[in-house]
Amino acid sequence: MAVNPEFVGRVYAPEGFYVVAREKIREFAAAIGDGNPAFSDVEAARALGYPDLVAPPTFAVVLSLRASRAVVHDPELGLDYSRVVHGEQHFTYVRPIVAGDELVVTTTIEAIRTAAGNDMLTTRGDIATLAGEPVVTTRALLVARGSEGES
Amino acid sequence: MTVRLSEVEVGTEIPLQSFVIRREDLIRYAGASGDFNVIHWNERVARDVGLPDVIAHGMLTMALTGRTVTDWIGDPGALLEYGVRFTRPVSVPDDGVGATIEVTGTVTSVSEDGTVRLSLTATHAGATVLGKAQAVVRLA
Repeated sequence: MAVNPEFVGRVYAPEGFYVVAREKIREFAAAIGDGNPAFSDVEAARALGYPDLVAPPTFAVVLSLRASRAVVHDPELGLDYSRVVHGEQHFTYVRPIVAGDELVVTTTIEAIRTAAGNDMLTTRGDIATLAGEPVVTTRALLVARGSEGES
Repeated sequence: MTVRLSEVEVGTEIPLQSFVIRREDLIRYAGASGDFNVIHWNERVARDVGLPDVIAHGMLTMALTGRTVTDWIGDPGALLEYGVRFTRPVSVPDDGVGATIEVTGTVTSVSEDGTVRLSLTATHAGATVLGKAQAVVRLA
Protein backbone atom coordinates (compact mmCIF):
# COMPACT_ATOMS: atom_id res chain seq x y z
CA MET A 1 0.00 0.00 0.00
CA ALA A 2 1.45 3.32 -1.05
CA VAL A 3 1.55 6.41 1.09
CA ASN A 4 -0.87 9.14 0.00
CA PRO A 5 1.31 11.90 -1.56
CA GLU A 6 -1.41 14.48 -0.95
CA PHE A 7 -0.40 14.49 2.73
CA VAL A 8 2.67 16.66 2.02
CA GLY A 9 2.27 19.86 3.98
CA ARG A 10 -0.23 18.40 6.43
CA VAL A 11 0.18 19.78 9.94
CA TYR A 12 -0.64 17.84 13.10
CA ALA A 13 -1.39 20.21 15.98
CA PRO A 14 0.09 19.48 19.41
CA GLU A 15 -1.75 16.98 21.60
CA GLY A 16 -1.33 18.28 25.13
CA PHE A 17 2.03 19.42 26.46
CA TYR A 18 5.11 17.72 27.90
CA VAL A 19 6.59 18.80 31.24
CA VAL A 20 10.34 18.13 31.28
CA ALA A 21 11.28 16.62 34.64
CA ARG A 22 14.71 16.50 36.26
CA GLU A 23 14.45 12.79 36.95
CA LYS A 24 13.50 12.05 33.32
CA ILE A 25 16.59 13.95 32.16
CA ARG A 26 18.76 12.01 34.63
CA GLU A 27 17.18 8.73 33.50
CA PHE A 28 17.82 9.54 29.83
CA ALA A 29 21.42 10.65 30.47
CA ALA A 30 22.05 7.42 32.42
CA ALA A 31 20.55 5.36 29.58
CA ILE A 32 23.03 6.83 27.10
CA GLY A 33 25.82 6.57 29.68
CA ASP A 34 26.53 10.30 29.50
CA GLY A 35 28.15 11.66 32.65
CA ASN A 36 28.11 15.35 31.61
CA PRO A 37 27.35 17.08 34.95
CA ALA A 38 24.96 19.54 33.26
CA PHE A 39 22.60 16.57 32.76
CA SER A 40 22.52 15.49 36.40
CA ASP A 41 23.78 18.26 38.71
CA VAL A 42 21.58 21.34 38.94
CA GLU A 43 24.44 23.49 40.24
CA ALA A 44 26.66 22.45 37.31
CA ALA A 45 23.87 23.39 34.88
CA ARG A 46 23.38 26.76 36.61
CA ALA A 47 27.13 27.41 36.46
CA LEU A 48 26.80 27.20 32.66
CA GLY A 49 24.00 29.76 32.77
CA TYR A 50 20.96 27.47 32.54
CA PRO A 51 17.97 27.75 34.89
CA ASP A 52 17.92 24.01 35.62
CA LEU A 53 19.22 20.62 34.41
CA VAL A 54 20.01 20.50 30.70
CA ALA A 55 18.64 17.61 28.62
CA PRO A 56 21.09 15.71 26.36
CA PRO A 57 20.77 16.86 22.73
CA THR A 58 18.98 13.74 21.50
CA PHE A 59 16.41 13.92 24.33
CA ALA A 60 14.27 15.92 21.88
CA VAL A 61 13.42 12.61 20.20
CA VAL A 62 11.43 11.58 23.27
CA LEU A 63 9.00 14.37 22.43
CA SER A 64 9.08 14.07 18.64
CA LEU A 65 8.59 10.29 18.80
CA ARG A 66 5.40 10.74 20.88
CA ALA A 67 4.12 13.44 18.56
CA SER A 68 4.86 11.47 15.39
CA ARG A 69 2.62 8.59 16.51
CA ALA A 70 -0.43 10.58 15.40
CA VAL A 71 1.18 10.87 11.96
CA VAL A 72 2.49 7.38 11.34
CA HIS A 73 -0.73 5.78 12.59
CA ASP A 74 -3.02 8.15 10.65
CA PRO A 75 -5.09 5.58 8.70
CA GLU A 76 -5.62 8.01 5.81
CA LEU A 77 -1.86 8.44 5.33
CA GLY A 78 -1.50 4.73 4.53
CA LEU A 79 1.95 4.15 6.04
CA ASP A 80 2.68 0.52 6.96
CA TYR A 81 4.40 1.19 10.28
CA SER A 82 5.46 -2.44 10.70
CA ARG A 83 7.83 -1.91 7.75
CA VAL A 84 9.21 1.44 8.88
CA VAL A 85 12.88 2.01 9.66
CA HIS A 86 14.50 5.23 10.80
CA GLY A 87 16.51 6.57 7.86
CA GLU A 88 17.80 9.94 9.02
CA GLN A 89 17.51 12.23 12.01
CA HIS A 90 18.43 15.88 12.34
CA PHE A 91 18.14 18.43 15.15
CA THR A 92 18.42 22.22 14.97
CA TYR A 93 18.66 23.86 18.39
CA VAL A 94 17.58 27.35 19.42
CA ARG A 95 18.54 26.42 22.96
CA PRO A 96 18.81 23.18 24.93
CA ILE A 97 15.72 21.69 26.54
CA VAL A 98 15.89 22.26 30.32
CA ALA A 99 14.05 20.79 33.28
CA GLY A 100 10.82 22.67 33.96
CA ASP A 101 10.13 23.36 30.29
CA GLU A 102 6.51 22.88 29.25
CA LEU A 103 6.75 21.92 25.60
CA VAL A 104 4.43 21.33 22.68
CA VAL A 105 5.29 19.64 19.38
CA THR A 106 3.73 20.57 16.05
CA THR A 107 4.42 17.91 13.42
CA THR A 108 4.45 18.66 9.70
CA ILE A 109 4.82 16.22 6.83
CA GLU A 110 7.51 17.91 4.74
CA ALA A 111 8.03 15.40 1.96
CA ILE A 112 6.77 12.09 0.63
CA ARG A 113 8.48 10.18 -2.13
CA THR A 114 8.74 6.66 -3.41
CA ALA A 115 11.98 5.12 -4.65
CA ALA A 116 12.87 1.50 -5.37
CA GLY A 117 9.54 0.41 -3.92
CA ASN A 118 10.14 2.14 -0.60
CA ASP A 119 7.94 4.94 0.71
CA MET A 120 9.95 7.77 2.26
CA LEU A 121 8.37 10.27 4.58
CA THR A 122 10.09 13.34 6.00
CA THR A 123 8.49 14.76 9.14
CA ARG A 124 9.42 17.96 10.95
CA GLY A 125 8.70 18.46 14.63
CA ASP A 126 8.69 22.05 15.86
CA ILE A 127 9.21 21.93 19.62
CA ALA A 128 8.25 25.13 21.43
CA THR A 129 7.26 26.27 24.89
CA LEU A 130 3.60 26.77 25.76
CA ALA A 131 4.35 30.49 25.45
CA GLY A 132 5.40 29.96 21.83
CA GLU A 133 9.18 30.25 22.21
CA PRO A 134 10.87 27.92 19.69
CA VAL A 135 13.34 25.47 21.29
CA VAL A 136 14.29 22.64 18.91
CA THR A 137 13.34 21.59 15.39
CA THR A 138 13.60 17.86 14.63
CA ARG A 139 13.56 16.26 11.20
CA ALA A 140 13.14 12.53 10.67
CA LEU A 141 13.23 10.49 7.48
CA LEU A 142 11.10 7.37 7.87
CA VAL A 143 11.47 4.62 5.28
CA ALA A 144 8.72 2.04 4.80
CA ARG A 145 10.43 -0.84 3.03
CA GLY A 146 8.41 -2.21 0.15
CA SER A 147 7.23 -5.77 0.70
CA GLU A 148 8.63 -8.47 -1.55
CA GLY A 149 6.80 -8.87 -4.83
CA GLU A 150 5.84 -5.21 -4.95
CA SER A 151 7.69 -2.76 -7.10
CA MET B 1 37.58 19.50 28.91
CA THR B 2 36.36 22.49 26.95
CA VAL B 3 37.84 23.40 23.61
CA ARG B 4 38.32 27.03 22.59
CA LEU B 5 37.86 28.55 19.15
CA SER B 6 41.53 29.58 19.04
CA GLU B 7 42.51 25.90 19.38
CA VAL B 8 40.69 24.60 16.30
CA GLU B 9 41.27 24.75 12.57
CA VAL B 10 40.08 22.75 9.59
CA GLY B 11 41.41 19.23 10.12
CA THR B 12 41.45 19.36 13.92
CA GLU B 13 40.36 15.97 15.24
CA ILE B 14 38.16 15.48 18.27
CA PRO B 15 39.29 12.73 20.66
CA LEU B 16 38.30 9.20 19.61
CA GLN B 17 35.85 7.50 21.93
CA SER B 18 34.61 3.94 21.95
CA PHE B 19 31.35 2.74 23.42
CA VAL B 20 30.07 -0.73 24.24
CA ILE B 21 26.37 -1.47 23.75
CA ARG B 22 25.02 -4.55 25.54
CA ARG B 23 21.49 -5.96 25.59
CA GLU B 24 20.81 -4.37 28.95
CA ASP B 25 21.70 -0.98 27.46
CA LEU B 26 18.99 -1.44 24.83
CA ILE B 27 16.42 -2.28 27.50
CA ARG B 28 17.45 0.77 29.50
CA TYR B 29 17.35 3.02 26.43
CA ALA B 30 13.93 1.66 25.45
CA GLY B 31 12.55 2.61 28.84
CA ALA B 32 14.18 6.02 28.96
CA SER B 33 13.27 7.01 25.40
CA GLY B 34 9.86 5.36 25.07
CA ASP B 35 10.98 3.48 21.93
CA PHE B 36 9.84 -0.09 22.64
CA ASN B 37 10.16 -1.36 19.07
CA VAL B 38 10.49 -5.14 19.49
CA ILE B 39 13.49 -5.47 17.15
CA HIS B 40 15.57 -3.77 19.86
CA TRP B 41 15.03 -6.46 22.50
CA ASN B 42 13.51 -9.63 21.02
CA GLU B 43 15.71 -11.95 18.92
CA ARG B 44 12.79 -14.00 17.64
CA VAL B 45 11.03 -10.97 16.17
CA ALA B 46 14.28 -9.44 14.89
CA ARG B 47 15.10 -12.65 12.97
CA ASP B 48 11.51 -12.95 11.71
CA VAL B 49 11.87 -9.59 9.96
CA GLY B 50 15.20 -10.59 8.42
CA LEU B 51 17.69 -9.04 10.82
CA PRO B 52 20.73 -11.07 11.93
CA ASP B 53 20.00 -10.36 15.61
CA VAL B 54 18.55 -7.73 17.91
CA ILE B 55 19.77 -4.32 16.70
CA ALA B 56 20.56 -1.16 18.66
CA HIS B 57 18.23 1.82 18.48
CA GLY B 58 19.64 4.14 15.83
CA MET B 59 18.95 6.97 18.25
CA LEU B 60 21.20 5.31 20.85
CA THR B 61 24.06 5.19 18.33
CA MET B 62 23.29 8.84 17.49
CA ALA B 63 23.34 9.77 21.20
CA LEU B 64 26.71 8.06 21.77
CA THR B 65 28.18 9.66 18.66
CA GLY B 66 26.91 13.07 19.75
CA ARG B 67 28.52 12.59 23.13
CA THR B 68 31.97 12.83 21.53
CA VAL B 69 30.95 16.34 20.45
CA THR B 70 29.38 17.51 23.72
CA ASP B 71 32.33 16.07 25.69
CA TRP B 72 34.61 18.13 23.43
CA ILE B 73 32.68 21.40 23.69
CA GLY B 74 31.76 21.05 27.39
CA ASP B 75 28.61 23.19 27.29
CA PRO B 76 25.91 21.06 25.61
CA GLY B 77 24.12 24.27 24.66
CA ALA B 78 26.96 25.12 22.27
CA LEU B 79 25.62 22.44 19.91
CA LEU B 80 23.59 24.21 17.22
CA GLU B 81 22.84 21.40 14.79
CA TYR B 82 23.31 17.65 14.72
CA GLY B 83 22.21 15.19 12.06
CA VAL B 84 22.92 11.63 10.93
CA ARG B 85 21.84 9.07 8.37
CA PHE B 86 21.38 5.52 9.65
CA THR B 87 23.17 3.44 7.05
CA ARG B 88 23.83 0.10 8.75
CA PRO B 89 22.20 -1.58 11.76
CA VAL B 90 24.33 -2.43 14.81
CA SER B 91 23.69 -6.02 15.91
CA VAL B 92 23.82 -6.51 19.66
CA PRO B 93 24.27 -10.20 20.47
CA ASP B 94 23.21 -11.59 23.84
CA ASP B 95 26.76 -12.72 24.63
CA GLY B 96 27.64 -10.51 27.58
CA VAL B 97 30.19 -8.74 25.38
CA GLY B 98 27.93 -6.59 23.25
CA ALA B 99 28.81 -4.39 20.29
CA THR B 100 31.56 -1.78 20.24
CA ILE B 101 31.18 1.51 18.38
CA GLU B 102 34.15 3.77 17.71
CA VAL B 103 33.56 7.44 17.01
CA THR B 104 35.93 10.00 15.53
CA GLY B 105 35.34 13.52 14.33
CA THR B 106 37.11 16.15 12.26
CA VAL B 107 36.60 19.90 11.94
CA THR B 108 35.56 20.68 8.36
CA SER B 109 35.01 24.43 8.61
CA VAL B 110 35.60 27.31 11.02
CA SER B 111 33.79 30.65 10.70
CA GLU B 112 34.87 33.96 12.22
CA ASP B 113 31.69 34.09 14.30
CA GLY B 114 32.80 30.92 16.11
CA THR B 115 30.63 28.49 14.19
CA VAL B 116 32.53 25.24 13.71
CA ARG B 117 31.34 22.37 11.53
CA LEU B 118 32.33 18.78 12.28
CA SER B 119 32.16 15.58 10.29
CA LEU B 120 31.73 12.48 12.46
CA THR B 121 32.44 8.83 11.77
CA ALA B 122 30.93 5.95 13.74
CA THR B 123 32.17 2.44 13.01
CA HIS B 124 31.19 -1.00 14.26
CA ALA B 125 33.12 -4.15 13.37
CA GLY B 126 35.15 -2.17 10.84
CA ALA B 127 32.18 -0.74 8.93
CA THR B 128 30.62 2.70 9.19
CA VAL B 129 27.12 2.68 10.68
CA LEU B 130 26.23 6.35 10.16
CA GLY B 131 26.36 8.48 7.04
CA LYS B 132 26.37 12.25 6.70
CA ALA B 133 26.98 12.53 10.45
CA GLN B 134 27.58 16.24 10.99
CA ALA B 135 27.43 18.66 13.87
CA VAL B 136 27.60 22.44 14.04
CA VAL B 137 28.85 24.00 17.28
CA ARG B 138 29.59 27.51 18.46
CA LEU B 139 32.89 28.02 20.26
CA ALA B 140 34.08 31.05 22.20
